[in-house]
Amino acid sequence: MLVLVTYDVRTSDPGGARRLRRIAKACRDFGQRVQFSVFEIEVDPAQWTKLKARLEGIIDPAADSLRYYYLGAKGQRRVEHVGAKPASDLEGPLIV
Amino acid sequence: MKKLLNTLYVTTEGAVLRKDGENAVVSVDGIERARVPFHMLASIVLFGPIAVSPAMIGAAAAQGMTIVLLDRVGRFQARIEGPVSGNVLLRRAQYAASETPADIVRALLLGKIANQRTVLMRGLRDHSTGLNEEARQALESAVARLAQILRRVELGGGDAEALRGAEGEAAALYFTVFDHLIRVEDGNMRFRGRSRRPPLDPVNALLSFLYTLLTHDCRGAAEAVGLDPAVGFLHRDRPGRPSLALDLMEELRPVLADRLALSLINRRQLAADDFETREGGAVIMRDEARRTVLTAWQERKREELLHPFLGEKAPLGLVPYIQAQMLSRHLRGDLDAYPPWFWK
Repeated sequence: MLVLVTYDVRTSDPGGARRLRRIAKACRDFGQRVQFSVFEIEVDPAQWTKLKARLEGIIDPAADSLRYYYLGAKGQRRVEHVGAKPASDLEGPLIV
Repeated sequence: MKKLLNTLYVTTEGAVLRKDGENAVVSVDGIERARVPFHMLASIVLFGPIAVSPAMIGAAAAQGMTIVLLDRVGRFQARIEGPVSGNVLLRRAQYAASETPADIVRALLLGKIANQRTVLMRGLRDHSTGLNEEARQALESAVARLAQILRRVELGGGDAEALRGAEGEAAALYFTVFDHLIRVEDGNMRFRGRSRRPPLDPVNALLSFLYTLLTHDCRGAAEAVGLDPAVGFLHRDRPGRPSLALDLMEELRPVLADRLALSLINRRQLAADDFETREGGAVIMRDEARRTVLTAWQERKREELLHPFLGEKAPLGLVPYIQAQMLSRHLRGDLDAYPPWFWK
């Protein structure tokens, strides 16, 4: 399934920059960054549970927020991109 | 059902493949060109001189991804894989069955010959108006004779040796008329019999390349279900030969490789100038053409077809895996026979 993860981290806090980095890294381990604080993540339910737990262990709930958008099994169909930096289709042919 | 995981192909000379977090990252001249999370990849195929970081090799082994090294021409060089998986009892059953392989060989050949016949029949059906009389007759008689061979394989007794003879006969017949399925005018894109090591014309070069890709997928499938890829039934043991992978690919060859080669040629996605002749007459594909083929190959694998035995839809790319699983069920005694995969 495709999940869109977006986040807001209060970087003015002490430790905010570190949380921001760690969240980005966790998201990047499972998916691809499509905009600065937006990741598209293709996972099965077990992988998603793992990632979710990891993310929620990083944030400070009083200062930061995470939003998950569940786009389902054929989520790529619900996505349209306009403008610079198009994301790559990780399920299509991968040839470099 | 298992998910069809992707394969990352790196064909750019001088590219560097490394691990970053849980991602495989390919960069060329310091510029990142691809970044793919490990959990989406089943394997990574490298063509020619590509550098791989030790961390990447370790991660691949740990994650169960395989890294395959091919040379510039697409010939197999090496394969990096993690610890042996699967179960020793299944393997023992496989070795025992390989001593008396006739039943499995028969099933594999039924699948292979039936699928070869379907390729020819599709050619006849789809392009009957464009065929001249001679070609049509040749194809029709080949289809009829393949049906006879099929019946012989199915009903006749005979040991594995006799069955291998029938296979040779069917293959000879099939490749004799294969050229009639090519519908481009270009005299350089004709097929005049199979040549390999090295392939001596463009069509053979294309077929060999597709067979290499298919062998690699079938080997991965055999290993994924815990079978020993080196011990086959139709193909006998020989050091270094992935006999079981070759067995598994026989049924799929006509559909995944031959049919795809024909489409690429007939749709004019590949032409004679996509190939070059090396010293000694070996013909190889140019880099650009290889990308075209890899793209078509990956797309073909995503096409969903109904599996005739399971009655379930599955992407073509998973068929080697499904068949390997059927084979292991048969070896374990859960299925009375190995059900071949027929292309409809």
